[in-house]
Amino acid sequence: MTLIIKNASKTFADGTHALRPTSLTVGPGEILSLLGPSGCGKTTLLRIIAGLERPDPGGEIRFGNEDVTRLAVERRNVGMVFQSYALFPNMSVRGNVAYGLKVRKVSKAEQTRRVDEVLALCHLTDYANRPVTVLSGGQRQRVALARAVAPRPRILLLDEPLSALDAALRDSLRDELAAMLRQFQITAVFVTHDQVEAMSIADRVAVMSKGTLQQIGKPEELYRNPASPFVARFVGNAMPMMGQREPGRLILKGGELTLPNDAQPGQAFVRAENIHLDPEGALRGTIETVSFSVGHYRLGIRDVTDDILIATHPGRQAPRPGDTVRLRIAADDLLFLVDKNGQTT
Amino acid sequence: MRPSPSWLLQLAVTLLTAAFLIIPALQSILAGFTSNYFRGLSSGLTLKWLGEVWDLYAHSIFLSLWLAAACLFFTLVIGVPAAYALARNPGRLSRVLEEFISLPLAVPGLALALALLQLYGSMSGFRTSWAFILVGHVLYTLPFMVRAVLAVLLAMDLKTLEEGAATLGAAPWTRFRTVVVPNALPGILAGALTVVTLSIGEFNLTWMLHTPYLKTLPVGLADSYASMRLEIASAYTLVFFVMIVPLLVAMQWASDRARRITQ
Ligand SMILES: Nc1ncnc2c1ncn2[C@@H]1O[C@H](COP(=O)(O)OP(=O)(O)O)[C@@H](O)[C@H]1O
Ligand SMILES: [Mg+2]
Repeated sequence: MTLIIKNASKTFADGTHALRPTSLTVGPGEILSLLGPSGCGKTTLLRIIAGLERPDPGGEIRFGNEDVTRLAVERRNVGMVFQSYALFPNMSVRGNVAYGLKVRKVSKAEQTRRVDEVLALCHLTDYANRPVTVLSGGQRQRVALARAVAPRPRILLLDEPLSALDAALRDSLRDELAAMLRQFQITAVFVTHDQVEAMSIADRVAVMSKGTLQQIGKPEELYRNPASPFVARFVGNAMPMMGQREPGRLILKGGELTLPNDAQPGQAFVRAENIHLDPEGALRGTIETVSFSVGHYRLGIRDVTDDILIATHPGRQAPRPGDTVRLRIAADDLLFLVDKNGQTT
Repeated sequence: MRPSPSWLLQLAVTLLTAAFLIIPALQSILAGFTSNYFRGLSSGLTLKWLGEVWDLYAHSIFLSLWLAAACLFFTLVIGVPAAYALARNPGRLSRVLEEFISLPLAVPGLALALALLQLYGSMSGFRTSWAFILVGHVLYTLPFMVRAVLAVLLAMDLKTLEEGAATLGAAPWTRFRTVVVPNALPGILAGALTVVTLSIGEFNLTWMLHTPYLKTLPVGLADSYASMRLEIASAYTLVFFVMIVPLLVAMQWASDRARRITQ
């Protein structure tokens, strides 16, 4: 089922512009991730799609050819996984998963068949008769997902489904969730503030900031061709290289970089993985911090530009704080971005 | 090891206090079974007085049970939706309404009865019917029901639970029936037992509202003290205890359970 959002915006009674007019389309079976910092309007957009919030006049939500803008939540046939899961504490796992079918008056036999099928898909068969109150966080998350997909919704909506779990569990459940979502083959919108989560689960990612859609594209596109400084910073943690731009070169505190002839105007950005330690490098800086993190060193380097630059260093040995190092940055790895919205963060 | 003098002293004080409280009760209960109280136990034991109580006051017992059931019905029908509405709309107006519903808690039963008499006293058909007492009981017990249910509802994330049910296809009434009520059940049970206990045991207000033909259990008790021989009054006390004590125990249990859930 195609999901089409046209011009949807939301102004709350207290005057908060939670969502500026937003349009986007999610193709059949596609998994779209809404990515952005807390408070940027992700949940609001998700709730508008679900029908839990009504968009400001002028907005329109379509499921395929059907205009659902004025359709009540309970008639929209969407599945939603809430951030807090919102499982019914008075029911067992099976009771929770069967709820949507029961309410829709699906026959008993069909209910049993569908619930068993979904429980198996979500690895919950062994827990079917437990009360939900005794389950672990990861199990609850799977029950919430199973409950949402059991009635075969037209659109599946997930609001930060992994954020209530602790870090270790989150990593292992991320890939499991991605695999389950692909199996269901339902058009899905997945909200998260975690870029790794968005990248690894979604087909396309929509980056949001302050109630506006910044950019939408495949994870690789967002990483390689961010449209704004915000996207560059948020996806892949690009760092600005403050300095003086002259034709063909960029003059920084720690040296000079030669720029390609076709370099775009705008602020130069670089990512940690593109800064290399190299005795022949054109830039010079001083090590401020060194830390080891899964398989590589993270170096904080000062005096190259105004802010500290972070570089990842895969070598076996790392320089020590206070050491002066030389750095190489390939001109191709620089991003040149102009801030269109006047936002710098 | 020999018990220390202070331990013995404590035991003695405890036993004396217990005796002070229990002996009159036992004596009263025994009096209900004694053929002639003034001649003591030597006059023999009998169930005659209990039979007399039954003959004289059976209608009081039934009236009280009937009133309690009707009162429970109305407090459920009014109180549960009221608590739900208050829980769903947290705001200044809700707090004011909650205080308003709770007003009968602060007003003495006598004043409440007086107000009812002033308001409806002239409607003689209503004034002399059991429904008049029922109105008093419902007014008096409603806050207990609302508060008990509200406490449980406020302790859960009602809004999100209902939204979850809504996305699964449940219309408002279905959500209320399948999600709100089952999850509020501990509060409803605690409220229900409180209402029944209060309704059966209520004296002040009922005494003001009753007519000679409509004596509830406690009003009948007062009547038996005032106008019957001591043995009958004692037997009546026993009947009263047998009815009210299990209710009190159940109410305590249900309230504790509801409180544990809200924590
Ligand atoms: N019911 C509401 N009333 C008023 N403001 C709200 C309401 N819900 C959300 N907001 C505000 O709208 C903005 C976006 O919120 P939300 O969509 O929840 O962000 P996110 O999910 O991206 O963290 C926030 O500033 C938030 O405070
Ligand atoms: Mg949110």
